[in-house]
Amino acid sequence: MRNTPIRNLERRDKIAKRIRKTFGVFKISLATAIALFFAILFLTPIVLTISNSFMAQSEISANYGSVFATNENGGKVFISEKVNLKFIPDIVSFSQYITVLFKSPEYLLKFWNSVILVGPIVVFQLLVASLASYGFARYRGKIREIIFFSYIILMLMPYQVTLVPNYLVSNWLNILDTNKASWLPGIFSPFAVFLLTKFMRRIPESVIEAAQIDGAGEWQIYRKICMPLCKGAICSAAILVFIDYWNMVEQPLILLSDAEKHPLSVFLSKINAGEIGLAFAVATIYMIPSLLIFLYGEEYLVDGITYQGGIKG
Amino acid sequence: MLSKQSEGREKSGRNEKRTVKVRKNSKRLWKQKISSGAFIAPSFLGVMVFFIIPFLVVIFYSMVDNPISKNFVMFDNFKNIIANKAFMRAVKNTATFSAISVPLAVVLSLLLAIVLEAKLPFRSQFRTFFLSPLMVPVASVVLVWQVLFHFNGAVNDMLGKFGIDKIDWMKSKYALYVVVILFLWKNLGYNMILFMAALGSIPKDILEVARLESANPLQTFFHIKIRYLSSSLLFVTIMSLISSFKIFREVYLLTGDYPVNEIYTIQHFMNNKFKSLDYQMLSAAAILMSLVMIVIIGILFIAEDRFGKDVEG
Repeated sequence: MRNTPIRNLERRDKIAKRIRKTFGVFKISLATAIALFFAILFLTPIVLTISNSFMAQSEISANYGSVFATNENGGKVFISEKVNLKFIPDIVSFSQYITVLFKSPEYLLKFWNSVILVGPIVVFQLLVASLASYGFARYRGKIREIIFFSYIILMLMPYQVTLVPNYLVSNWLNILDTNKASWLPGIFSPFAVFLLTKFMRRIPESVIEAAQIDGAGEWQIYRKICMPLCKGAICSAAILVFIDYWNMVEQPLILLSDAEKHPLSVFLSKINAGEIGLAFAVATIYMIPSLLIFLYGEEYLVDGITYQGGIKG
Repeated sequence: MLSKQSEGREKSGRNEKRTVKVRKNSKRLWKQKISSGAFIAPSFLGVMVFFIIPFLVVIFYSMVDNPISKNFVMFDNFKNIIANKAFMRAVKNTATFSAISVPLAVVLSLLLAIVLEAKLPFRSQFRTFFLSPLMVPVASVVLVWQVLFHFNGAVNDMLGKFGIDKIDWMKSKYALYVVVILFLWKNLGYNMILFMAALGSIPKDILEVARLESANPLQTFFHIKIRYLSSSLLFVTIMSLISSFKIFREVYLLTGDYPVNEIYTIQHFMNNKFKSLDYQMLSAAAILMSLVMIVIIGILFIAEDRFGKDVEG
């Protein structure tokens, strides 16, 4: 008789465990279902773009004839009644790539435009930013806090606000329609400063003091201590800056009126309908640098975004 | 000498000792202040030249009748721009877009973060999948959107099977929703990472206590997790709001220079003014935009102060 309450408890515990177990299984399968659903949605556009780039022109026309066919050129465009979404090409063909890479140099030229436009911005923005963030992290006075605060506000401003000043300066300096008009505002853009400062402020004071006692000057502390410690943060910042500028459309549209100099991102939207197959191949080529960086730097990307959370350092 | 003094009056001399030390320190600190300040100089100079000084000029331009005669008209430009139908349509469209897309972006990315928190199979792969749109340039996948949402496209085809009439997505009021989908596709991963970081920072012992007190998952979520998430929720909301203002890029890549009325954005308006070199209008638009941004950023800062304290104590 005296055992009953305990036995009852045991039984209750068992039931609770079983409920929790079934609930756990249910929870995980539900979560997996949701995750799968979104994963398919997220990946479809990327996979479609890549797989379509391996289709020959005739297959593309057969699949998307009704969407993109324009008979103005009188080409052999087959018009099907409806769109045929295909993830696996009937015949894997590299003909689109051959055209893009060897036959019509304009695409490669635009790709090179993108590289030329983005590369210097990433490199020099990080250089300038790593210096500045050392200055912001080393000492926190009133003036510096005000400057840093204005950097944050500037960073959060959308292009609509910053493009007008950029345009004015480019006009004054007579660098409109040259790459410099995009480079210079990009290089001095405060985003990387913000990210790196947040990171450098976490370096313990004692490390820097120890170096100081050993007789290191500011430059040596920056070069020999802060930079090696910040390697990860610099990678994160580089990736975030890269994706931002690799994706840019507004700046070249305003600052480069010469369409010859436009990067691939702008040019892609102007490829005419008859060349849809080529467009898929070019789009894939355009993705490759960012996908490669993503493959190797996913952790850095995640860290970088996490650091951004919570604006105030 | 110093050591002898302090030896003699060990307790009463402590104050004096400290002042000596501080004076010595303040000299060193001053030196350190200047030399580390020099690190900021390149960045600060660049920001001044490319952003701050031209922005002051923009403020000036917004108050004169035109940049050549420079007659002060005070707020006439602002009155003109508010009376401008195209501008107001752009503002209305942007506001509608934000009102639809921001709540969706917050809720869906929180859902994804919670889903990934569960012990899923292939958890890290799912994270990679959700992040991949962040890396892929919008220009690369726009083609797929065109294939999907064309009048003869795949989505209409699918809807047709359920007996729903064809919708001309890109040339009707539905264009807005197509852009919302593209926006969500691109931005959910970023928000998800921020939420994942916040969820990960919830102390495990609190969750353990909740479990022992047999709180059900919903209670745990609403009474514990939401409290810890509040600052991230706000941050994500405001970051999404800011990126929803930048939506021009997606619209431009999807539809070119002349979209339907429903997706005419502020940037379209400004691009036209750039073309006609209408500096006063441009400046007034940029100033209005930046005022709105400053209000939003102000809310972010105030709220971050509040909520940050709430949790971190």
